[in-house]
Amino acid sequence: MDFKFSDEQRMLEETVGRLVRDSYTFDARNKALESEHGFSTDTWTQFAELGLLGVPFSEEAGGFNGGGPELMVVAEGFGRGLVVEPYLATVVLSGVLIDKLGNDAQKEQYLPAIIGGETRFALANYETKGRYDHRFVETSAKKDGDGYVINGEKAVVLHGDSADQLVVIARTGGSGNDKDGLSAFIVDAGADGVSRRGYPTIDGLHAADITFKDVKVGADALLGDEGKALDALEATLDLALITLCAEASGAMEVACDQTLDYIKERQQFGVPIGKFQALQHRMVEMRMELEKVRSITMLAACSLDVEPQLRKKRISAAKAQVGKSGRKVAEEAIQLFGGMGMMEETPVSHYAKRIVMIDHWLGDREYHLGVLEDLIDVDDHAA
Amino acid sequence: MDINYTAEERAFRDEVRTFLNEKLPKDISSKVKEHKRLGKEDTIRWQKILNEQGWLALHWPKEHGGTGWSPIQKHIFEEECAEAGAPTVLPFGVNMVAPVIIKFGTQEQKDYYLPRILRSDDWWCQGYSEPGAGSDLAGLKTRAVRDGDHYIVNGQKTWTTLGQHANMIFCLVRTDPDAKKQEGISFLLIDMEKSEGITVRPLITLDGEHEVNEVFFDDVKVPVENLVGEENKGWTCAKYLLTFERTGIAGVGSSKAALAHLKQVAREQQVNGKPLIEEPHFRSRLADVEMELMSLEMTNLRTVAAAEAGGVPGAESSFLKIMGTELRQEITDLFRRAAGPHALPFLPEQLAGDFDGETVGPEFAGSVASRYFNFRKLSIFGGSNEIQKNIISKMILGL
Repeated sequence: MDFKFSDEQRMLEETVGRLVRDSYTFDARNKALESEHGFSTDTWTQFAELGLLGVPFSEEAGGFNGGGPELMVVAEGFGRGLVVEPYLATVVLSGVLIDKLGNDAQKEQYLPAIIGGETRFALANYETKGRYDHRFVETSAKKDGDGYVINGEKAVVLHGDSADQLVVIARTGGSGNDKDGLSAFIVDAGADGVSRRGYPTIDGLHAADITFKDVKVGADALLGDEGKALDALEATLDLALITLCAEASGAMEVACDQTLDYIKERQQFGVPIGKFQALQHRMVEMRMELEKVRSITMLAACSLDVEPQLRKKRISAAKAQVGKSGRKVAEEAIQLFGGMGMMEETPVSHYAKRIVMIDHWLGDREYHLGVLEDLIDVDDHAA
Repeated sequence: MDINYTAEERAFRDEVRTFLNEKLPKDISSKVKEHKRLGKEDTIRWQKILNEQGWLALHWPKEHGGTGWSPIQKHIFEEECAEAGAPTVLPFGVNMVAPVIIKFGTQEQKDYYLPRILRSDDWWCQGYSEPGAGSDLAGLKTRAVRDGDHYIVNGQKTWTTLGQHANMIFCLVRTDPDAKKQEGISFLLIDMEKSEGITVRPLITLDGEHEVNEVFFDDVKVPVENLVGEENKGWTCAKYLLTFERTGIAGVGSSKAALAHLKQVAREQQVNGKPLIEEPHFRSRLADVEMELMSLEMTNLRTVAAAEAGGVPGAESSFLKIMGTELRQEITDLFRRAAGPHALPFLPEQLAGDFDGETVGPEFAGSVASRYFNFRKLSIFGGSNEIQKNIISKMILGL
C-alpha cells in the first residue's frame, strides 16, 4: 500500500499545476468564458504541446499510457483552476471510447488528431427520456447499403456545440435500455441532417442539444462490432467518472482554502469571523467532506483493473459521495462568505457552481446510489 | 500509487487470520458477534492468548515486550480482529497507561508494571473525568497533597469505565492549586485494592447497563513512587496519551463487520412479505452507509500510510474519530429500524452470555435498541466530537 505519486504522476501534477497557476487566472478564465465556445483555443493548443491531451492513450498512439491515477492527477489540477476546455468531452469520453472500440485505421485517423489538439470531439449519448441512464437510447442507426442512417435526439451533450466530430451512441438493435444493440458511430458535426442548439451551462461549460435527421454515414463510421458497444462505453464512462470526481476534489480543495482564508480575514464584532466556534465547526466539516472525496476518488482511480462489478461499485460510490459532499462544501462556502459568496465577482461562487453542478453530469447522487443498491451484494475489501 | 497491500502485507494478514481462526475462542467471538455481554474473564482469557503469541502490546517497542509492528501491520491486525469478532482489548492498561509509563516512568515503574500489564495481572481503569471536568479536563479538582513519602488524595472521578472490575486506576490529580490550570496537574497510579478510602459506585446508563462508575477518594494515601513523570507535569502525560496511536480510532473493521451483519439481517427480515433489503428507502440508506464506509476506510488507510512514512498521526486522527463514530452510530440506527416493532421489547437478561431461553422476536433484535442508545456515547467520550472539531480548527486550520 502506497499513496505516493510515481515520478510520472508527480511530473503530470507539476505540469498541470504550473499551467493553472501561471496562466489560468480568474480573469483569463472569465475572458475565455466570454468567447464564442466558452474556452480558449490557445489554452487547448498549450494542453497539446504539454502532452496532456495524450494522457490516457498508449505510447504507440503517441500518448502517455496513463491510467486512472494519471487522469486523476490531471483532473484535480483542472478542478483547482476550474478549467473549462473540453478535455473530458474530447480526450476521455470520446478519445478513450475510440481507443477501446476503433480498428487500427480509425485509431490512426482520430487519435493523433486528438492528441495533437487539431480535432475536438463530443460524445452524444444521453437522451432526455433516459436521463442519466447511458443504456436508454432511442436514437436509431438503420442499415442503409454499406452504411447507416441515424435518426434521433441527444440532450445536453457536453461541448457538443463546438466539437468538430461527434461519437454518437445509437441503437442498431434492441430497445429501451437493452444491453445489446448499442453501437458507436463517428459523425462529422457538420454533416447533413445534424442540427445543434448550443448553449452555456451554469457551471461555466458549454453543451448542445443535437438532432440527427436521416444522417447518412459510411460503414467506416462504425466503431467496433455492430451492437456491441456497451462494455467499452461503460469502461469509458467509468474513466470519465474518475476524471469528474477528481475535478470535483480539486475544486472542493480550492473552495475550502478560499473559505478558510476568508474567515481568517473578514472582521466582524472586532475579530476575524474565524474566531467564532459556530463557523469553525462548519469549516471543519467542509474539510472532512473534502477528505472523504479525496479518499474515495483515489479508491475509484485505482480500481480500473478489479473485476467489473466491484469497479462499478467503487466508481459509483465515489460519484455519489461527490454529489453528497460536494453540495455540502459548496453551500457552506457560500454561507461562510456571506453576501460576498453570492457575488459573481467572488471566485468562490464559481467554484460552488461547478462543484454542485458536477452532480448533474454523468449521473447524480441518487443515480449512482441506485447503482450501489443494485450491487449491494458485491463485497468489497479494499487493499 | 497503489492501494493494494504488498505481498508481504498480505502474508502478514494471512498469518493474523490463521491465528484468529485457530486461537480466538468461538464462545467469545460468538458473544461479540451476537452483542451479548462480555464478562471480565472473557476479556482476560483473550488477552492471555494474545500475550502468549506476543501480540497483546500492539504499540509498545519490542524491548518491553511489544510487537514493534509498523502502522500498517497494526492496522491490519486491528481490522482482522474486529472482523473476526475478537473482543476489544481493555485499553486502559496496555494502550493507555503503559505508553505513558514507557515514555515518562522510572525504571522501577517499568519493571514492575509492564510485565503485570502483559500478564493481565492488573485490571486498570482511567481516572480523568470529574463531575466538573469533562470536555474542560484541565479544570479537574481532585487534590493530591504531599505528606512525607505519600500523597493524600481527595476528590471524585466519574465515567470510570469498567472500574467495578479494576484494582488499579491512573489518575490526573491537582498538586498545585495556585498554578495555571494545566500546570498544576500530576499523573498518579493508585492501587484500588490496597488503598483505604476508595469507594466505587455504579452508574447505570440509559440502556440499563453497568459499564461506568464514579470513584470517590477520601484521604487516600498514595506512595510518592506512584507518581509518573514530574510533579505538576501530568498534563504532558495526558496530552501524550491523547495523540498516541489513534489510527484505530476510525473503527473501520467493526463497522464492516456490523454492515455485513446488517445486510444479512435485512435479507432475512420481511416487509409486506418481501425481504427488507428490497425496500427502497432502507436499501438506499444501506447504500449510503456503504459509500461512507468506503470513504472512511480509504481516509483511514491514507492516515496509516502517512504514519508508515514517518508522519505522526496527530490532529488527523480527530477527523477519523468524528467520521468513524458518526458512521457507527448510523449503523446502529439502521439496526434499530431493521428490527421494526421488535426493537421495543426490553429484556436485558437476553443479553447475558449464558442466556439460552427463547428470545422475544428475532434473535438479533434483542440488543439493537440498547446498542443504539449505548452508542450515543461514541460521539461523547474520548474527547467529544465537538472537542475534536476544536482541535482540528486549531491544529490543522489555524483558526
